[in-house]
Amino acid sequence: MATAAGDRGKKIFADVRSALDGLVRDNMIVMSGGFGLCGIPENLIAAIRDSGVKGLTVISNNAGVDGFGLGQLLATRQIRKMISSYVGENKEFERQLLAGELELEFNPQGTLAERIRAGGAGIPGFYTATGVGTVIAEGKEIKRFGDRDYVLETGLVADLSIIKAWKGDARGNLIYRKAARNFNPMMATAGKICVAEVEEIVPVGSLGADQIHTPGIFVDRIVQSKFEKRIEQRTTRPRTAGAEG
Amino acid sequence: MPWTRNDLAARAARELKDGYYVNLGIGIPTLVANYIPKDMNVTFQSENGLLGMGPFPYEEDVDADLINAGKQTITELPETSYFSSADSFAMIRGGHIDLTILGSMEVAENGDIANWMIPGKLVKGMGGAMDLVAGVKRVVVVMEHANKQGESKVLRRCTLPLTGAGVVNTIISTLGVFEVKPDRSGLVLTELAPGVTLEDIAKQTEATYEVKLRK
Repeated sequence: MATAAGDRGKKIFADVRSALDGLVRDNMIVMSGGFGLCGIPENLIAAIRDSGVKGLTVISNNAGVDGFGLGQLLATRQIRKMISSYVGENKEFERQLLAGELELEFNPQGTLAERIRAGGAGIPGFYTATGVGTVIAEGKEIKRFGDRDYVLETGLVADLSIIKAWKGDARGNLIYRKAARNFNPMMATAGKICVAEVEEIVPVGSLGADQIHTPGIFVDRIVQSKFEKRIEQRTTRPRTAGAEG
Repeated sequence: MPWTRNDLAARAARELKDGYYVNLGIGIPTLVANYIPKDMNVTFQSENGLLGMGPFPYEEDVDADLINAGKQTITELPETSYFSSADSFAMIRGGHIDLTILGSMEVAENGDIANWMIPGKLVKGMGGAMDLVAGVKRVVVVMEHANKQGESKVLRRCTLPLTGAGVVNTIISTLGVFEVKPDRSGLVLTELAPGVTLEDIAKQTEATYEVKLRK
């Protein structure tokens, strides 16, 4: 099933390493899907770590945790800059930030999502009320529509987007599962190259044309992986005696 | 007696109305879900991409693909839908969510809110808070009225970096309930926590407010 890099007709790759072959280089911009550890391309992140590239700018809502997800690329000091909305779960991140070893740009989560959506749709900028009157709007154009002020935000694109889906086919069509969708569909559209890792590659035609979340045009390479799917906060309720389950 | 965390959540739950779509912040606001009247239909949105949030799962039903915005494992309901972060914030920024209940470090009489960073301390990020306060139709804040030194957190102007300017509608503090005047010119004290006096409020409130206690 493995195919040579650059053969556009063949999207399926045998493993994450070959799926990234020829795509990674120092100082590139990478978008990485997921919310917390939910729906992250965990094996592609590990493959980027193993590639040894440095100076990365990573666009991701969060920064993983120590030793997992993007936390692995922080541990190896491969990330120069993060563009994120929330990064609270990572001690090494904190250390590098306070030591001035890591650059950080905070975006409100909806602004981040919309910047990526806009970037992927060829929209260079948009106005939003989010952040008006806060440090987020400092130095940015403010425009009044009706009786309210809006701040100009720019679209985001990346050299490479790495995303995670549930199922995909040889044409790159994808569906996501439950809350693991999050940032993945927009990031698929906003990378010059998009590599998707999925839990299962299924025959073309079996996803159901009406069910597809990301049409294959956005996906350049696809690889089937095994996922650990680590959980950050395992919250449960007890089964009380006599209670209906 | 000032309101406890659970009292605040119970009081905040009275802001809910039948049919509302609601986004709850992390901390005390999460507890509000425990106080919804049985006959009321309220749908909770979680900004990571679902509408219709169910309770925590039984141990054997834990699913790594099903978490809320606090990264806690949850369950789905028959009416649940999933969507992307862009669609999620279209709901929030497009004014489709009726109410958000958020915690805060400071609020001001002009409706400003500061709940995302303390300069000099480690900043974790604003997550979806700036989008929520800017886009949701009604913003309710639950918070401690004063810090441990008795200094007011209900201020004339916020001292911390803002999350949003002129966006708060209602403040439910440990001492009582304030409405922000529609023209953002000050607060109206409408309720006192049980046993709290107007003198207690006066002593611990920097913001200007009028008193119009309900019923």
